[in-house]
This record gives sequence, structure tokens and C-alpha cells, in this order.
Amino acid sequence: MNIIVCVKRVPDSEARIQLSDGKTSIDPTGVKFVLNPYDEFAIEAALKQKEAAGEGSVTVVSLGGPQSAETLRTALAMGADSAVLLKTSAENPSGLPVARALAGELGGREYDLILFGLKAIDDDQHAVGGMVAELLDIPSASAVTEFAIEDGSVRADREVEGGSEVVELSLPCALSITKGAYEPRYPSLKGIMAAKRKPLEEKEVSLGEGNETVRLAPPQERAAGRIVGEGPDAVPELIRLLREEAKVL
Amino acid sequence: MPGIFAFVEARDGEIRPVSREVVTAARSVADGLGEEVHAVVLGGAGIGDQAGSLSRYGADRIFVGADEAFTNYSVDGYARALAAFIREHGCSVVIFPASSMGKDLAPRVAARLGVDYAAECTALEVEGGTLAAVRPQYAGKVFATVRFPESPAVLSVRPNVFQPVEAEREGALETFTPERAGDFGSIVRELKAGSQEARDVSEAPVVVSGGRGLRDPENFKILEDLAGAFGNAAVGASRAVVDAGWRPHGEQVGQTGKTVSPSLYFAIGISGAIQHLAGMRTAKCIVAINKDPDAPIFKIADYGIVGDLFEVVPRLTEEIRRLG
Ligand SMILES: Cc1cc2nc3c(=O)[nH]c(=O)nc-3n(C[C@H](O)[C@H](O)[C@H](O)COP(=O)(O)OP(=O)(O)OC[C@H]3O[C@@H](n4cnc5c(N)ncnc54)[C@H](O)[C@@H]3O)c2cc1C
Ligand SMILES: Nc1ncnc2c1ncn2[C@@H]1O[C@H](COP(=O)(O)O)[C@@H](O)[C@H]1O
Repeated sequence: MNIIVCVKRVPDSEARIQLSDGKTSIDPTGVKFVLNPYDEFAIEAALKQKEAAGEGSVTVVSLGGPQSAETLRTALAMGADSAVLLKTSAENPSGLPVARALAGELGGREYDLILFGLKAIDDDQHAVGGMVAELLDIPSASAVTEFAIEDGSVRADREVEGGSEVVELSLPCALSITKGAYEPRYPSLKGIMAAKRKPLEEKEVSLGEGNETVRLAPPQERAAGRIVGEGPDAVPELIRLLREEAKVL
Repeated sequence: MPGIFAFVEARDGEIRPVSREVVTAARSVADGLGEEVHAVVLGGAGIGDQAGSLSRYGADRIFVGADEAFTNYSVDGYARALAAFIREHGCSVVIFPASSMGKDLAPRVAARLGVDYAAECTALEVEGGTLAAVRPQYAGKVFATVRFPESPAVLSVRPNVFQPVEAEREGALETFTPERAGDFGSIVRELKAGSQEARDVSEAPVVVSGGRGLRDPENFKILEDLAGAFGNAAVGASRAVVDAGWRPHGEQVGQTGKTVSPSLYFAIGISGAIQHLAGMRTAKCIVAINKDPDAPIFKIADYGIVGDLFEVVPRLTEEIRRLG
């Protein structure tokens, strides 16, 4: 069982996001970067599969700047076997060029499964997994909370509105994992030490064009909120405001 | 006439309400570009029966691709059929709902067409004959304006943002034969839905969310009663209570849960951590009920009540019921 997991380095979910002068990218100064939380679910899922199969390998692949090597080391420390960094100087490349570069790399490898996170918490696109699958012409499922491999096919539970659906996929396939059955493990001290000696291959890639970000802007400020009152006696006034001022009732 | 493609989502033989929003969004783009709205539905036999009503929201033509093979959703099968349709018709803009199906399907359709994709758009603007889309990034901390250098522009629209607007059209129903080359590699075998009535947090116009302040899973009954009083509300949850196993993950709102944009959002016994705000800050109106006057949720809420939720919520439910 050869599993590839695509992982991305992203600003921490707590990070304060400020715009750079050109207003088309964010200012990374003082921002803490982490392994994308959804990709942690994907790594955990891959490790669980490998453990269950009792054989195979987990390869993590990331496209990004030189600092993405750190992110890959984190994944290696969790238990992945080897890593590939597709190095680019492009800042915040869009979905299609990233997917093309990843597909270009993965297309030349042997794999049974390619796992992604549901979305990267910086661009929030939910795009790269499906795009890579299409480019490689393999089946896919996104928003997967749990999956099992039986008789050469995959049964995946996918989160949908009001419930879930069971998707059957033939191997090889791509799955984008969301929070569910795979609670990410913490890298152990031993894992961190071992990660230093695991192979991390670096390759330069050049990216094509995609959609153009014309500008970034902070969200519209919400008008300062108001405490309507204290305790249950404030309820009638709240109802009045919701009806007459906010007009949502 | 190339047309603005509006994906009509059907599941289990039913056209989903979010499709009206997609058609509405497509209508506004079509008006800006001087084009027509072409609504397209795929599904099993009989799927076209309900599609006619979409002309009320501005569909000029409704294309029905009914074929037994498309009864159950297959992301690769659907992507192939839709991409073939889009190529043949030369659609200039392709709009999906940012629903679980839309977000699964749109990236594959885009990649198959060799174009990029913009997810979860919250505004679409046409200026000088060019489309630009606004979409949140960094969990809503930033809004990006995106342009589409290649044609077609493929995008999805966030549910609850483009409120359905009636714009009656002729809406001729036409059938087409969806391309079906080869076997489907991925197919839905089973739908494990909650009750048909239960609305999903990502689609309900009113969301009543509870957090650790509820103290005990049983106490969510109080929120279910409030949701019931509204009639069109869904119950949501903070990660703290989902992690504790009190509520299913499908109800989690936030960074690692769902993103919601209802007209009215209640945060009850929720402190307002940044990762929770990530999922609900685009709600039109936010109401917080919390006993701690310094809870960060009050900074983002339009209206707040400081108090014990066990006293405030039952009273609120009573008053909402009275409104009928
Ligand atoms: C990577 C990452 C991703 C995350 N993703 C999410 C996510 O998707 N969604 C999410 O919600 N969180 C997420 N979190 C967790 C988040 O940081 C908070 O821990 C969580 O939102 C807290 O949940 P809470 O508000 O229910 O609990 P608490 O923070 O404990 O707040 C409980 C609140 O209830 C109030 N309260 C208590 N009793 C009463 C009463 N009787 N009446 C009224 N009020 C009362 C208290 O004053 C308090 O404000 C994430 C964290 C990380 C690190
Ligand atoms: N630069 C990247 N390098 C490796 N994997 C990526 C990259 N960008 C996105 N991905 C993968 O694609 C998933 C979805 O990302 P996105 O489409 O950007 O929301 C992520 O969770 C990753 O698994």
C-alpha cells in the first residue's frame, strides 16, 4: 500500500492577517506557520492505513517555498516515511497551477491512494484534491470522514448536508479528508529525532498561470454590537430589534 | 448564445433548494453580460419533472440530462458529462453551489476544462463586460477579488448569500443526452441522511448554535426547542462540544467545521474563539447569549444578552413561538 499525502504550510488559525503594501498578498511578518490542520487528518488516515495493512509507505509532498521543508519534517515526525518538496518562489499560487505541478510529480510515481486535506485554511479553496484527481484521471471523493479498503475498492463516508453518503471508489483514487475518525497524533520525541534522518527530496518547479487575485481587502467591519440587556427580561427587546432593526424575523 | 451555466443540484431524485440560489446568481451575471441563464440538471429518469420551476428564478433554458446511469452521484461521471456539455455549448461562466456536491464536483469540471476555479464566492460583479468574484480567504479574515483570465470562469457560490429572487422567464425545458464514456470510478452507494426535515447548518436561514456553556449533551434539548420554534432553523455546535462527543461533527461550525452564512445566527454558551468566528462571521445578524459580559463573542455579535442561557433561551423560545 503506497500512500501519498499532499500537505501545505499555512498561517496558524489564530494568526492575525495583515495585507502587504500591494494589497494582493498577506504580510507574513510575525505570522506563525503550521501544517494545514486538515492535512493532519490526511496524514493520520494514511498512517492508520499503513499500520492496518502492515506494509507500504507514506510519502508526503508539499509545494511551496523553502520553509515548507519544516512542514514536511513535521509530517515525517508524525510517522511518514519520506518527503518531497516542490520548491517554488511563487507566492500564494492559485489552485490549477498547484494541481498541475502536483499531478506532474505524482503522475510519475506508484501509488494506491493520494490523500489531501479537505481545504487549505489560507485560500479555503477545496480545489487542489479534485483537480489533481481529474488531471491524473483517477476517481475521488472529498469531505471524507472515514474510509476502508475492501477487496481492492475503497468505501468512504463523505459528509453531506444533513448526513453522510457512502461512496465506492476503485483504486487508485484520491480522497480529501475532513475531521472525523482520524484524530491526528502528536509527533513523539523519537519521531522527531527519526524525522531528521528520513529522506526529503527537493525539486524546483515552475508554475503556470491561474486566476488572478486583483486585490485583497479586510472584511467589512461589523457595526459595533450592542448588549440588549441582562437576563430573560431582555428577550422582548431583542425580538423587537430583530424584527424592526435587523429585519430578520 | 453561449449562456451562463447554472448547476442544478439533485440528490436522491430531488432538486435541492440551493439550486434556486445558483440560478439567481447566474441571473445577475447574465444580466450584466447580456447573456442567458442555462440551468443544467443531471439525474435518473424523471429528474426533469421538478426542474421547470427554476424558470421562476430566471432560467432562460433548462437542460435535463436524465439517464439511469446518473441516478446516483458519481463525481468523475458527472464531471465528464458536465464538461462535455459546457464545451459543446461554449458556456462563458459556470456556477455551482458551494454545497458538499458542488465543492466536490466543480474542481474536477474546471480541471477537465483546463481552467482554474474560485470557491465559495460571496459576490459576483460584472464591470465593463468582465466578471470578478469576491471570495473569503483565511477563514473570512480577508476577502479576495478574483478575475478569470481563461474561459469559462468556473466558480461556486456560498449557500445563503444569493437569496433567491423571482425573475420569471420562459424557461423552456430541453433534454440532452449526457456523455457517458467508460465506467464511473466513484459512485454513491448509500445515503445515510438524518431526517429529511432536518436542515443542515450550512443551508438553514437560522442557526442556533450551542457551546460548552450548555454543560451537558441533554441540555441541547433547549436549543432544539428554540430551533423548532423557528421552524426553519438548524442546530449548530462549537468544536468543544463536538470533541466532547455531545454533538455530531456535521453540526460543527468553524475553522474545522462548516462555514455558515444564515440570516440569523445564535451563539449560545459559546465564548467566540477565533476558530469559531471563522465559520459564522458572514452571518447577516449574530445574537450572542452568554453569562460572561467579557466573552469575545460579544465583540462580533450584533445583539447580545448577558445572562444564564438556561433562563434566557426558554423565554426566547416562548416569544418566538408566540410570533407564530
Ligand atoms: C486548529 C483549530 C481548529 C479549531 N476549529 C474550531 C471549529 O471549527 N469550531 C469551533 O467552535 N472551535 C474550533 N476550535 C476551538 C476553539 O479554539 C475553542 O476552543 C472552542 O470554540 C471553544 O468552544 P466553546 O465556546 O463551546 O467553549 P468555551 O470557550 O469553554 O466557552 C463556553 C462559554 O459558555 C459560557 N457559559 C457557561 N455557562 C453559561 C450559562 N449558564 N449561560 C450562558 N453562558 C454560559 C461561558 O461564559 C463561555 O463563554 C479550533 C481550535 C484549533 C486550534
Ligand atoms: N501547495 C500545496 N502543496 C501540497 N499540497 C497542497 C498544496 N495546496 C493544496 N494542497 C492540498 O490540497 C488540499 C486542498 O487545498 P486547497 O484546494 O488549496 O483548499 C490541501 O489540504 C492539501 O492537501
